[in-house]
Amino acid sequence: MPEKTLEAYPLVTEDDIDPEFVQRVAATPGGEHILDCYACGTCSASCPVRAIDEEFNPRRIIRLALLGLKDEVLQSDFIWLCTGCYTCQERCPQDVRITELMMAFRNVAVEEGYPHPTVKAIADMIEQYGIIMEIGEFENEKREKVGLPARNVPPDINRGILKDTGLTKTLSKAKPRPSTKGEEGGEA
Amino acid sequence: MDMAFFLGCIAPLRYPGIESATREVLDRLGIIIHDMDGASCCPAPGVTRSFDKMTWIAMGARNIALAERQGMDILTICNGCFGSLFESAHLLAEDPKILREVNDILGGLNMTVTPHGVQVRHFAEFLARDVNDRAIQKSFKRKLDLNVAVHYGCHFLKPSKIKQLDDPERPTMVDKLVELTGAKSLEYREKQMCCGAGGGVRARHPDTALAMTKDKMDIIKEAGADCIVDVCPFCHLQYDKGQKALGKGYDIPVLHLAQLYGLAMEVDPKLLGFKAHAVPVNLEIGDKR
Repeated sequence: MPEKTLEAYPLVTEDDIDPEFVQRVAATPGGEHILDCYACGTCSASCPVRAIDEEFNPRRIIRLALLGLKDEVLQSDFIWLCTGCYTCQERCPQDVRITELMMAFRNVAVEEGYPHPTVKAIADMIEQYGIIMEIGEFENEKREKVGLPARNVPPDINRGILKDTGLTKTLSKAKPRPSTKGEEGGEA
Repeated sequence: MDMAFFLGCIAPLRYPGIESATREVLDRLGIIIHDMDGASCCPAPGVTRSFDKMTWIAMGARNIALAERQGMDILTICNGCFGSLFESAHLLAEDPKILREVNDILGGLNMTVTPHGVQVRHFAEFLARDVNDRAIQKSFKRKLDLNVAVHYGCHFLKPSKIKQLDDPERPTMVDKLVELTGAKSLEYREKQMCCGAGGGVRARHPDTALAMTKDKMDIIKEAGADCIVDVCPFCHLQYDKGQKALGKGYDIPVLHLAQLYGLAMEVDPKLLGFKAHAVPVNLEIGDKR
């Protein structure tokens, strides 16, 4: 592992801290138990994503949030790296419900105008097709080969819901994100 | 026994063999499933729940309301769908505030959802808990002489507090279902580890997802598996297409439990849809009947 110098850890000053951030998270569905975390590290030790990419460290993310370092939490990639496997949530001795908390962070990021770039693309799919992908001839041919009829999902079926929850409006106000891991989006 | 069959997206559109295998298998077990007109995305938990919790619950509630109208419990074949619908149904039953807000939204579609109105079931736990073992074995026409690496995935048993189906760290439910066919379910390291696809990571950070899949594939190969058996089309997709993307000659076919059961029941192989798989399904299943 390359040695990190002090310069790699920028100084945190008062300006970086948002004292209301943690309350905001605690008031978001899924984030209610964030204040119960006592940083034992069971989550980070259990996390399969962290085993691949040390940048994704659940304990550290929670710590950052508790310290009020809002921008660092909301504008970077790490909250989007969680695969939602629930291993941390199952093992957390304090029932912080970390997986749900990670989703709450994402929800706050979306509300604040920092969704991951793929969020809008997927939401658009859902609005248009009712599901997360287009149903084309290719898909229906595959179905025919196993004796199944064409798949029919009424288009626009979820458009109303996305509008009523305010998601469509929120996503229309998305801002460009300062840091995004440089990977091409994959397909489902 | 009549149930509303919730298809989801990945199975019907990427691996329709999983859907047709399920139909064949349930038919042979005397379970009647009904299509759900107008059912949409469950919605995919990793992506939709990331956007906004109420959108996620409301979309799920709409699907639940459809089943309620049909007067049947929902049967899913996918961990993602099971996760989303089960948790949404749970929240609707436990939290009156959420129920009110959701019904307000559904009101705009002339729909409504009732707490505990329908139960949400997953194909695997339904077979394990509601169908007699002997009845299952009687429907098999042959034994399967296979070493199987079972992959439970993440949204089947967890969060265990609300699902209460099996021990999430050392489960046995799906292993037992697999072994009813005569196949051997292997022990292997990190058996409960995530495949990497979930949480939207497959779409957003495919390299990270694939690195996790590689770890699992290395272990599964080392364990001597003839095939992987999953209960989730998304894990299925990740392992199947993932092996192709990794290109390291793993050649381990990936089967959904419904397809495995289809083999044991000697369902017409065309209906099991193996042609849609990236890793060719060439299996020596022995000749025991």
